[in-house]
Amino acid sequence: MSNGELVIRARDVRKVFRVGDVDVHALRGVDLDVARGEFISVIGPSGSGKSTFFHILGGLTPPTSGSISIHGKDLRAMSEADRTELRKKEVGFVFQKYNLLPTLTAADNIAIARHIAGVKDGGDRKFQEVLDLLGISHRLSHKPRALSGGEQQRVAIARAIVNRPSILLADEPTGNLDTENSAVVLELLRDLNRRLSQTILMITHNPEAAAYAARIVRMRDGRVAD
Amino acid sequence: MLNKLVVENLKHRPVRTFLSVLAIGVEVTMMLTLVGLSEGMLEDSARRARGVGADIIIRAPGTSLISLSSASMPEKLMEFFAAQPHVTLAGGTVVYPIGGVSTITGIDLDEFNRMSGGFRYLAGGPFREPHDIIVDEFYAAQNKLMVGSTVNLMNRDWRVCGVVEPGKLARIVIPRTTLQDLAGATGKLSQIFLKLDSPANTAQVLAALKEKLPDYQMYSIEELTSLYSVSNVPGLSAFIGVIIGLSIVVGFLVVFLSMYTAVLERTREVGVLKALGASPAYVLNIICRETVLLALAGSAVGVALTYGSRWAVMTLAPASLTQKIVPEWWPIAAFIAVFGALAGALYPAWKAAQQDAIEALSYE
Repeated sequence: MSNGELVIRARDVRKVFRVGDVDVHALRGVDLDVARGEFISVIGPSGSGKSTFFHILGGLTPPTSGSISIHGKDLRAMSEADRTELRKKEVGFVFQKYNLLPTLTAADNIAIARHIAGVKDGGDRKFQEVLDLLGISHRLSHKPRALSGGEQQRVAIARAIVNRPSILLADEPTGNLDTENSAVVLELLRDLNRRLSQTILMITHNPEAAAYAARIVRMRDGRVAD
Repeated sequence: MLNKLVVENLKHRPVRTFLSVLAIGVEVTMMLTLVGLSEGMLEDSARRARGVGADIIIRAPGTSLISLSSASMPEKLMEFFAAQPHVTLAGGTVVYPIGGVSTITGIDLDEFNRMSGGFRYLAGGPFREPHDIIVDEFYAAQNKLMVGSTVNLMNRDWRVCGVVEPGKLARIVIPRTTLQDLAGATGKLSQIFLKLDSPANTAQVLAALKEKLPDYQMYSIEELTSLYSVSNVPGLSAFIGVIIGLSIVVGFLVVFLSMYTAVLERTREVGVLKALGASPAYVLNIICRETVLLALAGSAVGVALTYGSRWAVMTLAPASLTQKIVPEWWPIAAFIAVFGALAGALYPAWKAAQQDAIEALSYE
């Protein structure tokens, strides 16, 4: 579903963490271009730098060096406040453990993302269609503890895309799900990508899950391997 | 939306919320009960002073007007005062402390009856013997006394001859001469009351008396009752200040612990909020709203508990203590509770706001 417009451009992105007295090189020069509407699986062994790359893309931490931009906005030059704005509007996260707020209903978990982004309450018709597509319209009044893992992950996906982000970052979205629910979630991600041209980057260890994406990026030792 | 999250967070941990609200409630009750007791007891004293029916009160030089005083004025002074223009009656009493803030008062019953119109007896009647005692309804209830009961005061037994309505002079009265003898103050008085031909002459009589006896403490009863205030009792304001300070510390510690554990428990949730784009101010806002809500709920509980403490005081010790409900202090106590709670929430809120999103999201 790529239309050629570049959403992400990463060049020689490096990230060094200081752990005690030791420098840990999590990223050693990542180069990657992602066009609008692409669905990419990022695979690689543990410690290959996948999550760190996601955290930088999601504005949760700045890169140590290199250049990385989303829609031409340079993430390295961003202040903490700029990165907060980026998370509000440009990036949506889906986590392995769903990470819904346990005290709120599914509807409120979605609504709080809108509130944080400063969007007035009241869902639009198109988003209602997305909720229907995700198959959770009838479960919105339930709290996470009353939802199955698959339902929770679908609510988490709805929360991640409610503000129409430029990119959706899914970190092992099927890691906690059984085969059946995994397939449902992966189909949904592919549907979102195809119907809404949603740009998706998905970390996974599972080759079957990775195959749902149109393109697979392999990471090893802090770099894109091919 | 934010308020919904705050309320749901509080509902999510009902025991912690209940204990926090209760602790803040106790803090508020401590303040309101102390102020209520101070004002209630002073008001009760003022009411009993008015109940004497006099227009002017006189005490010896150098004595405090509203604290306990020894009998140091010669009885003969009554004759002097009785002879002054516009004075229709002079009556003297002896006041003797019997522990705490309680006193026993010696009166000449005939003299007192002429001045005040007399006690209203609920049971029994006037003194018949030197060691008869009259108590008011509150003292009788607190000490389970009735007419004919024996009560031990000043190391000797007294027979209760009458139980009277409260609100006149004192809760415990005995014959003046008996108290003078027991206290070693024969012929001495603690205070003298003057009744005038008209209350309108009070200022004029006071001015004339002050000219003649400049060292004596002389006040109209109106002045006296207006002096029964917290600020005029030595050390009471400071004592209330100390209790309020302690209350703030209690509120601070309770909220600090409560919010600190809440923030620790919600580390991952804070990470989620930050991943969704919540700024540090947004997270701070949540914690502060939660704190204010706890403090306001605690204040409401504290006000309700104050009615309970008043019931306990008025049931268990109506003669020793009088507690008033002080609505004008409700907003002050609530403000102090909110202030203490916010101070306690400051560090946990700051910690939450500064939390690293990546670390928070990996928190188990």
